Amino acid sequence: MPLLSVKDLRTWFHTRNGTYRAVDGVSFNLEAGETLGIVGESGSGKSVTCYSIMGLVPQPPGRIESGTAVFDGVDLLRCTPKEARQIRGKRIAMIFQDPMTSLNPYLRISDQLIEPLLIHNEISRKQALTRAMEMLDAVGINDASKRIHYFPHEFSGGMRQRVMIAMALITQPELLIADEPTTALDVTVQAQILELIKRLQKEFNMAVIFITHDLGVVSGLCDRVQVMYAGRIVETTDTRTLFHKPRHPYTRALQQSIPSLQPKGARLFTIPGMPPDLSKPISGCAFAPRCSFARPKCMERDPQLSECAVGHMQACIRVQDGEI
Amino acid sequence: MADTILELNDVKTHFPIYKGFILRKKAGTVRAVDGVSLKIRKGEVVGLVGESGCGKSTLARTILQLVPTTAGAVILGGRNLSSLSARELAEARKGLQMVFQDPYASLNPRMTVFDTLAEPLRVHGVCPAAEAPGRVASLMEKVGLAPRFMQKYPHEFSGGQRQRIAIARALALSPAVIIADEPVSALDVSIQAQILNLLAELVREMGLTLVFIAHDLSVVKHISDRVAVMYLGKIVELGDASTVIERPQHPYTRALVSAIPTPNPDIERSRRRIVLPGDPPSPIHPPAGCTFHPRCPYVQERCKLAFPPLVHHDGREVACIRVGEI
Repeated sequence: MPLLSVKDLRTWFHTRNGTYRAVDGVSFNLEAGETLGIVGESGSGKSVTCYSIMGLVPQPPGRIESGTAVFDGVDLLRCTPKEARQIRGKRIAMIFQDPMTSLNPYLRISDQLIEPLLIHNEISRKQALTRAMEMLDAVGINDASKRIHYFPHEFSGGMRQRVMIAMALITQPELLIADEPTTALDVTVQAQILELIKRLQKEFNMAVIFITHDLGVVSGLCDRVQVMYAGRIVETTDTRTLFHKPRHPYTRALQQSIPSLQPKGARLFTIPGMPPDLSKPISGCAFAPRCSFARPKCMERDPQLSECAVGHMQACIRVQDGEI
Repeated sequence: MADTILELNDVKTHFPIYKGFILRKKAGTVRAVDGVSLKIRKGEVVGLVGESGCGKSTLARTILQLVPTTAGAVILGGRNLSSLSARELAEARKGLQMVFQDPYASLNPRMTVFDTLAEPLRVHGVCPAAEAPGRVASLMEKVGLAPRFMQKYPHEFSGGQRQRIAIARALALSPAVIIADEPVSALDVSIQAQILNLLAELVREMGLTLVFIAHDLSVVKHISDRVAVMYLGKIVELGDASTVIERPQHPYTRALVSAIPTPNPDIERSRRRIVLPGDPPSPIHPPAGCTFHPRCPYVQERCKLAFPPLVHHDGREVACIRVGEI
């Protein structure tokens, strides 16, 4: 049985300007200990998918229209708040993009670090502090017994992201959701944080969902990748296959537009146009207007994910028809 | 060099820090840019890379004289910008324009595209008011925007289109040099490629000189002829972009190159990554000697004595005394 099983998730935002279908029919499974990368451009629904699982979608304007997200037998989208609290923050933890704004500037990090322990575990403050210091050690913050009493502003960006990771992992979750955790950091610091996540994942045997727009980050870290476009998954497979044999035209185009893969000075491949406006109904394939392989039938038939090789699903009807 | 268009001569930009309110005392200096020398030829694209806080943006602002130089000279087409009067400087800036990182913040939300693009023409009296619409239209075409959007406001455009408007604004006065400060960092990969292609095209067609600041080495390698790697206000490696990025010599450049995640799982999983310990030190109290020595894997006692000068080695210039041994 998978650790997390999401089926037909639809999260829509009802605003004055119309209904934005941010996530429109997403299904995937995640096994224990697995690392799943979710890749897509801004607005593709990758963050909203995870926010829905974590119950972080502001409602209203957001509404989860349909779907289930079953974690260890409990449907996170339908269970009581009490049941949800037993799981979210304890067995599923999340870290965010911007470590500058996701820590409370008024509280010492000691207070912030032990908060999840005091809520979820029957533990004294003193024991919790000892545990917090061990966690700071584990994420590579030296001199933990002194620095635990610092305020967030006394740390650099990379250090704050380490504190965030320590806070997320202090309850030893089975699943960590990381929403672009290194986007705001410098490359050298990004390298440190990625190494850290990899090491801790092995140590704690966690599953990780890693949301990013950077295909490079995914290639070193993830077992499996799913590519999202306009609120849907367009391709999902193991990392090696995705990079060596991508099938969906969007994945191919995304790869071709990365500078490092191109010979120097060559004109970069570009995807014409822009992502679609999600408040308007989309007929057929959402990528068709920008796709160089599009045919009239792409605008008519609604593409569905189907298996094109073992463990490799993609949603282009021309690939499914064996034409490209 | 005869065709040098922009020359930086030991440029230093320091910011004083004050302490106290009534008894205000100078408590120290931030050495944001600390002795940068660089000659840029006409039509050349120079990439400037480094981590945040290394002084690359301050250097850009210093070139434009948006912050005053503490020492040294910025020479554009033979004129020392740091010694000009305000009026002369305004005139000289026609030849020097900037594109900023965030197209959501760098365009005035209350000005239409026409207002934004016509403003520099009006301020510098480039053309009579009647000709402005024609000029604006041709600018928009140059950057790939349809002139019929002239009366629209920035919020009606996507990020990539806004960056095109910002580029058109920089081109309005036909400058000799454009400084682009992280122009693609805020954009998605597919849009990033469009803007990079546009910049490369403009450089080729209009003979522009471009100073391209970025922290993404693969982007810099793609667009630049030469690249300068900065660390704590100083250039530590300078040379041909492919040479420096494919065969880096300075230990810092090596770490920087090795830190870029490559979109190839086979390479990514097999290679050994140099992970630098810690964060860049504070530019208020830079370490003695080579400023990189506290994080350097090859450090020796003699590295702590003096900052090494840039020396010629293997087709580029490197500021490391152990170059050749490591």
